[in-house]
Amino acid sequence: MKIKNPKDFWAGLMFIVFGLFFVIEARNYQLGSAARMGPAYFPTLLGGLMAAVGGAVLFRSFVLKGGKVASFPLRLIFFITLSLLIFGYLLKPIGLILALLCLVVVSAFAGHEFRFKEALMLTFVLIVLSVLVFVKGLGLPFPLWPKVLG
Amino acid sequence: MDFEFLHHLSIGFGVALQWGNLFYCLIGVLLGTLIGVLPGIGPVATIAMLLPVTFGLSPTASLIMLAGIYYGAQYGGSTTSILVNIPGEASSVVTCLDGYQMARQGRAGPALATAAIGSFFAGCVATVAVAMFAPPLAEVALKFGPSEYFSLMVFGLVAAIVLAHGSLLKAIAMVLLGLLLGVVGTDANSGVQRFSYGVMELADGIGFIGVAMGLFGIAEIVSTLEAKGHREVFTSKVGHLMPSKEDFRRMWKPILRGTALGSALGILPGGGALIASFGAYALEKKASRYGRELGKGAIEGVAAPESANNAAAQTSFIPMLTLGIPSNVVMALMIGALMIQGIAPGPQVMTEMPELFWGLIASMWIGNLLLLVLNLPLIGMWIRMLAMPYRLLYPSILVFMAIGVYSLSNSPFDVLLMAIFGIFGVAFVKLECEPAPLVLGFILGPMMEENLRRALMISQGDPVVLFTKPISAGFLIAAIILLGIVLAPAIRRRREEVFVED
Repeated sequence: MKIKNPKDFWAGLMFIVFGLFFVIEARNYQLGSAARMGPAYFPTLLGGLMAAVGGAVLFRSFVLKGGKVASFPLRLIFFITLSLLIFGYLLKPIGLILALLCLVVVSAFAGHEFRFKEALMLTFVLIVLSVLVFVKGLGLPFPLWPKVLG
Repeated sequence: MDFEFLHHLSIGFGVALQWGNLFYCLIGVLLGTLIGVLPGIGPVATIAMLLPVTFGLSPTASLIMLAGIYYGAQYGGSTTSILVNIPGEASSVVTCLDGYQMARQGRAGPALATAAIGSFFAGCVATVAVAMFAPPLAEVALKFGPSEYFSLMVFGLVAAIVLAHGSLLKAIAMVLLGLLLGVVGTDANSGVQRFSYGVMELADGIGFIGVAMGLFGIAEIVSTLEAKGHREVFTSKVGHLMPSKEDFRRMWKPILRGTALGSALGILPGGGALIASFGAYALEKKASRYGRELGKGAIEGVAAPESANNAAAQTSFIPMLTLGIPSNVVMALMIGALMIQGIAPGPQVMTEMPELFWGLIASMWIGNLLLLVLNLPLIGMWIRMLAMPYRLLYPSILVFMAIGVYSLSNSPFDVLLMAIFGIFGVAFVKLECEPAPLVLGFILGPMMEENLRRALMISQGDPVVLFTKPISAGFLIAAIILLGIVLAPAIRRRREEVFVED
């Protein structure tokens, strides 16, 4: 058997894995019956259905020809995700201004044309704008500076 | 049919035309557009962000302002969809398809004007429709039992599958994945925590906004950066706004169809702007003479869904105000605002607070008028916000998305969700799986489960009940027919493909 459509192959596999995950994990909860559906009933039904559809997609990948899966942009995803997580988890400890600095500089680094000066300018503008609009204007309860300094 | 609705409307306009309310409507529309035009920020995030602003106002003024924000954000969102191809929320996904293509062909101006004209027309019709049919239609919707709701949602999901490009099977699987993700959290019936693994933030389920922003916003940013091409923002090419005679000739029928479908779908709980815009697009694919051009920059693909989602957005206030059921996330936020104002949403709102109910309806029409007369001339200002080069734009988008998502519950969890679903979104793009059906399934998941549970409880476990009740059977049969229509050519094509390979 030769995989003719890698996109369908991996998509099918993904659906099967997700479907089985929900079916298997749902066993921790009560199944009940059709007349008295327990918390596991609906997820088991859907998970089984999804695994079946995934199986059909997987099967199809051996029959119908399709394109290759393009490479996953790991570096991009890494920097974008990292910038978001830094912002989210450091906002309270280090304040909005420094958290935004991290977010903008790290995410700008993901791009293929990183210009340090420009990134700093952008950071400055975005910080001023965010503080004015979100904190002063809309009154979102964000600390501006690290607690130590505040 | 008596003419009571005229009396209702006159009460409404009496309230909405008071200077204070007019002012809040204007401020709402302007603020909504300003925030909503930023890529990746849709009506949901805009309203969530601006909700605190309205807490100090009277209930009527605050709802009028929120409605203004909603319309402004929706209008700003379609501007962004057309010019940048980033949908703020699921209901403007459809506008991206043809609107962005039109912009690429140098016809951004007519696309924007079409969206505004279509929305305004739909707003006018929906206002009258709401005033005429609110009371009787609320009664009809009240008669819907769980079987009818369940079948209606099945129908809505099938419509979403029909819409998805590419593989039908994968679209079905994506809907199922969405439904499954939707049931994460506390089971409404037993109180059991499902699939939350002790994560406190998952008790109320996976946050919708984080999911939507990750799947659409983050994935879009990554794809654009990966393509190395700067995301083209068609500001210089907007040019003249006025659609041509040919455009007008082609747009009026889709606007009528979209308005009619949107008004009808908006009333049904679980429907709203999302299903309406998807449905109108699907309808246009079949009904329009230019159906084959959809997806390639056809004006019908902007006119129909934009009219439909505006009509539906307006009529979706009906179930929210009369039954207390939110038909979408925006309405859920509205209910939140009402409760903060000390008003319990339910049937008593219409009778006990006619000024609020009808004033709100009338103000929607005024909001739409303001959008048309203010925003079209101001379009240059809105799109200047989009004229930044992409290397500057995407960190800015990330900042607004991160702040907006963070402010939902003032915790990093939603930011984490957005990041995770951003990665999922990229994977889906790579595997050619469309995220839109997933999002729809996600919203409907808990409601579908609840209604199926109730329907089967009443029938003592016999699923045939879904087919013996006429309305329910109607929805299911319509869903099957819809599936049949799409499936038939797909099978034919597949067979041809197989044939070619052999």
